[in-house]
Amino acid sequence: MNPLALRAALAAIILSASSGLWAKPLVVCTEASPEGFDIVQFTTAVTADAAAETVFDRLVDFKPGTTELQPALAERWEISADGLTYTFHLRQGVKFHRTDYFTPTRDFNADDVLWSFQRQLDPNHPWHDKTSVGYPYFESMSFKNLLTSVEKRDAHTVVFTLSRPQAPFLRDLAMAFTSIYSAEYGDQLLKSGKTAELNSKPIGTGPFIFQRYSKDAQVRYKPNPDYFRGKPPADALIFAITPDNNVRLQKLRADECQIALYPKPDDIPSIKRDPALKVAEMEALVIGYVALNTEHPYLSDVRVRKAISMAFDHQAHVDQLFGKGNALVAVNPYPPSVLGYNSDNRNPPRDIDKARALLEEADVPEGAVLTLFTRNGGGAINPNPRLSAEMLQADLARIGIRLDIRIMEWAEMLRRAKKGEADMVATGWASDNGDPDNFLTPLLSCEAAKNGENYARWCSSKFDELITRAREVSDNDERATLYKQALAVYDDDQPWISVAHPKLFTAMRQSVEGYHVNPLTNNNFATTRVK
Amino acid sequence: MTSPTPVTQADVVDQSLLYPSPYKEFWQAFSRNKGAVAGLAFMCLIVFCALFAPWIAPHDPSEQYREFLLTPPVWLEGGNWQFILGTDEVGRDLLSRLIQGARLSLLIGLSSVVMSLIPGILLGLLAGFFPRLLGPSITRLMDIMLALPSLLLAVAIVAILGPGLINTVIAIAIVSLPSYVRLTRAAVMGELNRDYVTAARLAGASLPRLMFITVLPNCMAPLIVQATLSFSSAILDAAALGFLGLGVQPPTPEWGTMLASARDYIERAWWVVSLPGLTILLSVLAINLMGDGLRDALDPKLKNAA
Amino acid sequence: MLSFIARRLGLLIPTFFGITLLTFALIRLIPGDPVEVMMGERRLDPEMHAQAMERLGLNKPLPAQYLDYVGKLAQGDLGESLRTRESVWSEFLTLFPATVELGLAALLFAGVLGLLAGVIAALKRGSLFDHGVMGISLAGYSMPIFWWGLILIMFFSVSLGWTPVSGRIDLLYDIEPKTGFMLIDTLLSDEEGSFKDAVMHLILPAIVLGTIPLAVIARMTRSSMLEVLREDYIRTARAKGLSPVRVVFIHGLRNALIPVLTVFGLQVGTLLAGAVLTETIFSWPGIGKWLIEAIGARDYPVVQNGILLIACLVILVNFVVDILYGLANPRIRHQR
Repeated sequence: MNPLALRAALAAIILSASSGLWAKPLVVCTEASPEGFDIVQFTTAVTADAAAETVFDRLVDFKPGTTELQPALAERWEISADGLTYTFHLRQGVKFHRTDYFTPTRDFNADDVLWSFQRQLDPNHPWHDKTSVGYPYFESMSFKNLLTSVEKRDAHTVVFTLSRPQAPFLRDLAMAFTSIYSAEYGDQLLKSGKTAELNSKPIGTGPFIFQRYSKDAQVRYKPNPDYFRGKPPADALIFAITPDNNVRLQKLRADECQIALYPKPDDIPSIKRDPALKVAEMEALVIGYVALNTEHPYLSDVRVRKAISMAFDHQAHVDQLFGKGNALVAVNPYPPSVLGYNSDNRNPPRDIDKARALLEEADVPEGAVLTLFTRNGGGAINPNPRLSAEMLQADLARIGIRLDIRIMEWAEMLRRAKKGEADMVATGWASDNGDPDNFLTPLLSCEAAKNGENYARWCSSKFDELITRAREVSDNDERATLYKQALAVYDDDQPWISVAHPKLFTAMRQSVEGYHVNPLTNNNFATTRVK
Repeated sequence: MTSPTPVTQADVVDQSLLYPSPYKEFWQAFSRNKGAVAGLAFMCLIVFCALFAPWIAPHDPSEQYREFLLTPPVWLEGGNWQFILGTDEVGRDLLSRLIQGARLSLLIGLSSVVMSLIPGILLGLLAGFFPRLLGPSITRLMDIMLALPSLLLAVAIVAILGPGLINTVIAIAIVSLPSYVRLTRAAVMGELNRDYVTAARLAGASLPRLMFITVLPNCMAPLIVQATLSFSSAILDAAALGFLGLGVQPPTPEWGTMLASARDYIERAWWVVSLPGLTILLSVLAINLMGDGLRDALDPKLKNAA
Repeated sequence: MLSFIARRLGLLIPTFFGITLLTFALIRLIPGDPVEVMMGERRLDPEMHAQAMERLGLNKPLPAQYLDYVGKLAQGDLGESLRTRESVWSEFLTLFPATVELGLAALLFAGVLGLLAGVIAALKRGSLFDHGVMGISLAGYSMPIFWWGLILIMFFSVSLGWTPVSGRIDLLYDIEPKTGFMLIDTLLSDEEGSFKDAVMHLILPAIVLGTIPLAVIARMTRSSMLEVLREDYIRTARAKGLSPVRVVFIHGLRNALIPVLTVFGLQVGTLLAGAVLTETIFSWPGIGKWLIEAIGARDYPVVQNGILLIACLVILVNFVVDILYGLANPRIRHQR
């Protein structure tokens, strides 16, 4: 290909399209196809990026690049003293997208909020049964039990009533599954019997207007001129779906895209050396860990768990897997930037002899076999699960434990791990909302141990009490103290080997401005431009 | 297709009367094909490596030399004689892993061939001997399996059984079953009308005897050729499954899996990707060369088929 | 002839049902269910799970589910993907042209080059060229194509920068998917240079996918050509003093092509299997990748009907080849 000719042709196109305005399209190499655009039906981060972050807004959202809340469709709110009633005052004059398939006749108001929540909450809502699998995120966050009612006080005021105090509730409202839809569009689709189009032709108030999606190839958006925070600077937003991370980087180098999501940590040094490229990085709210099944005859003994952690070369593992400086060695089940991090906890120093002595005390025979489940493809939390498992295997061999690695598909691994079939599970978690509760309750609580999501099947009543109390108090300092105590219990009991808090990277061309890496791993391009 | 087959048949019979040993005759025909001999030589090397892997390999294939990550091969700058072909991403000696991998690839190839050859021949014989009901139903079943893209079928089977060495072998064996069945059936149907079969029948030979002693040996030539071909495609399929992340379990050094897990390092360390791939290519090529030679030697009829 | 076609068609019906049964059984034998896969690591209590399974009709006994499936199929309803909630047919329609485009390009590459190399090798039998072609084609036949793809990308796209890395088109071109065939769509669009860009994107994947068929076709052409050249009518034509080019290409090749054509037909299956790997390497939005992912997601309708559609395609192509072959060769027609 002759790059000059192409560029000339492109320049011509761009000039004609933007009629003299110097705005450029922004091509982002993303890692997978979104499942669809009716975001409440889906759970994956890719889908959230392609729908919730572009087409939709929520009542509140996070300031770009932080976990601080800021007003969005709700301008302000009040919380009752008992923590059960939330009153939201809605922003006025917000417009829904105008497209060739929908023309809004009114601005955003309380009816839209009601529609979006009642649809998921109320079994009698006409849209409630219009999805084949229900509302997975809403249900898995227990919103069905949490929300007693969602009511409209006037056209611009909505009142939420909870069944119990829930400190992270506002943060929950910034999550993708609470996106606000147009009630008018919903009614229109219902009337014409085209309910499936809610998924393929979305309408929201967000920064970008959906244009076209071709599966496994691209999603195209154009900027929303009426966006309440101002029209996004990119002339067009295009997601180039590129599952292979090597290819994403190659395309970035060739300027086929201007932003490449989730580069391999291994490539970071070479991207930094390339004068045309740059890297945005951030300590993300993620944890990679190996859960130790505390119901296993050997692993139920805390001495064995300690011995394993002692034999495991934490630093070498993290350096080799992510590259020096690209990840933090983990000690706690969540990273330091989250409330209540316990900095007194330490990983035990590597000591093979002591580890062997501990095993001997616990009557673990030489050559005992433990299984480790890990997934077959890498991701941001563990770029190379096979490699990481093999390194752990080599470490454990030195204390006479034989690790039987079982590599399987992700879903299959989780299914079997939930049933407790694994002795050890290498996995990870990315926070939804930056609250400590979002790490501890789903991953380490007794209820999760019953459900199986707590792969360590670890249930400590002391730990559970502390995190339950912390969920209910609203004072931040008090919560921090409680979480700190809970983490001390965790450290004493070692249900996991905490492995790493990988940094989150986004590779881009030097010409890209105004992009923020988000600690919650979501990607929003509302303020991003190409020079 | 065009040559009058009975004549060829007669030729072969005559020759076997003239020559004392059919092996010698086979070898003469085989060695006329130089490619086949080269293939055989290379295969001998691979088999030797596979058999004596623990003694030849300079290092333990699973030993991680963490201070020697991604060392280049000896002839490149930074290479060192300790690791002749360099090391991989956790510092394991590549040469040792390739040698150990030969063991695994041959094992997968051999066992999947055996596991599809035997049931394939049985089903093919049954289909050939019972042309009324059983034959067509077996043929239909094989048609159905052939209509599914083989790799997809293999992926589905591995998904059912779970990844692992034995399951990989089973998946490949199932996928390559139809070609044996079809080939055997066609050969059997060709033989059944021959005089010698009729004679055996009239002499009162039992059905099993007729199947296995009378007919089967005369159908073996195309089957042996097919077996070498599917031996090589089994190695390729196993590598492809490994590449898709469904292969054998670590730290077993299977060639395809090595290639797949090294893929991330292709820009930094070409050898970790190129060498396993090259090894696969050369081994498969050697087997195919041998297959060509075998076909020429065993089955002159097939000489012109692809 | 008609009875021949009718008999062949009749055989297709049980095959068709066999395939529905086989794919139905295969995907349900895989452990795990779509709801579990969808929820991933999130909380899924048994009540929620049961509700979702009921909504999907997956709580019924298997025979009832199979009857549901076949019943819907009879009405032409291929169901909707459990993962994307889009209809299987519309997903197939958007992805299939990409695979067809890639497959046809690969066959074109393999056919043209393979025929040419095969004919020349046959004419110069025993020459260095002949040995070279045979050697290279055997190597091509032995190629692990996923590795081949990686190496070609490294060399041509990354080191030399001659071809784009992956995908079907530079996305800065805004191409309306009218037919789904990028080459046609770019011609229909008014985006300048987009056709050339689409061609450049197609080259490497087509070469990778075409490698094995190329090897097979070259070998087949050579041997079939050798056979034909020995025939009496060629000797006659030569003796008549016809020009060698005319002898080879008009008399020789035409007859040599018959067996090669059947090989073309057989290669469709190989191509589809190869497409799975090629599409994965080149991020090509086709059905190979779609089906592999659907197996992973336990997306029952997509796996069942996607495989069914492909299988029908393979059967159809083989059927057409069968008929053509029957037409060309009366001896086959009367065999069972």
